[in-house]
Amino acid sequence: MSVTEFLDMGGYAAFVWPAYGIVAVALLLNLILPLKRHRRLRLELGHRTVRTTKPGS
Amino acid sequence: MTADNSTDSPAPRPAARLWLAFQRLGSMSVFYALAGRLIPWLGGICAVLFAAGLYGALISAPPDYQQGDSYRIIFVHVPAAWLSMFVYLVMALAGGIGLIWRIKLAEVIARTSAPIGASYTFLALVTGSIWGKPMWGAWWVWDARLTSELVLLFLYLGFMALQSAIEDRRSAARAGAVLALVGVVNLPIIHYSVEWWNTLHQGPTVSKLDAPSIHLSMLIPLLLMALAFKFHFATALLAGARSEILERERRTRWVAALASE
Repeated sequence: MSVTEFLDMGGYAAFVWPAYGIVAVALLLNLILPLKRHRRLRLELGHRTVRTTKPGS
Repeated sequence: MTADNSTDSPAPRPAARLWLAFQRLGSMSVFYALAGRLIPWLGGICAVLFAAGLYGALISAPPDYQQGDSYRIIFVHVPAAWLSMFVYLVMALAGGIGLIWRIKLAEVIARTSAPIGASYTFLALVTGSIWGKPMWGAWWVWDARLTSELVLLFLYLGFMALQSAIEDRRSAARAGAVLALVGVVNLPIIHYSVEWWNTLHQGPTVSKLDAPSIHLSMLIPLLLMALAFKFHFATALLAGARSEILERERRTRWVAALASE
């Protein structure tokens, strides 16, 4: 299967790719937004260095 | 102990009060630290599952004999729809636990679940719509499955609106929990809608466990994607809950102690 064939999705490219695209955007936003909010909160609370993953270390 | 004085129940006996205080302080700070440690792991597992699931969904699974390659939307549509209902259940159960036992952490879980669940519901509706156009010839039909899923989205949005309208988080949690619990009745309606009514939406594909009407080469990527979505939910939930906890507990000693670390 060639790359163009793959991208064409049997003629349904205009449906398959937007569907996957919007899912990818929404799923990423669900992770990025809370992590950014957490970072901002920690800075607001006077925490100078913020490590989002390991606050205890 | 904390800046919380919103409880309207009679003052508990000293021993019970000590236990409550311990629970309140312990669960929030312990959960906060534990979540921080779990997030990278859950996120990593989620990424691996997505890589495997997407490979199966877009490359290794053969085209459908009726729908060609358009059916590949199923690999994001069905997991999003499953999770939209699963997350609602989590939200309602957490809300109920918060309502009955006044556990703050449960309120945090319910409140944080709502926007994530709403986004899954939105994705199920949008991907379904995009799939419906080439297969049914319409972006939208008022069929029972689609309509009940739309009601689910409104339940989420109603819950979120309540949370932002009521300033006191504890009262907001209680009001939201009641709404969420009443809305649970919609879940079996969504699930059985394709059997109770004559719908344009196709019937169950996977849940007929004795004989799923889907080939293994399609079933495996579908289950991988569903598992990836589950881990995504866990990651997003913990990430959101940490911020929520910080906001609620910003005046407590343990949050202040985080700053000096």
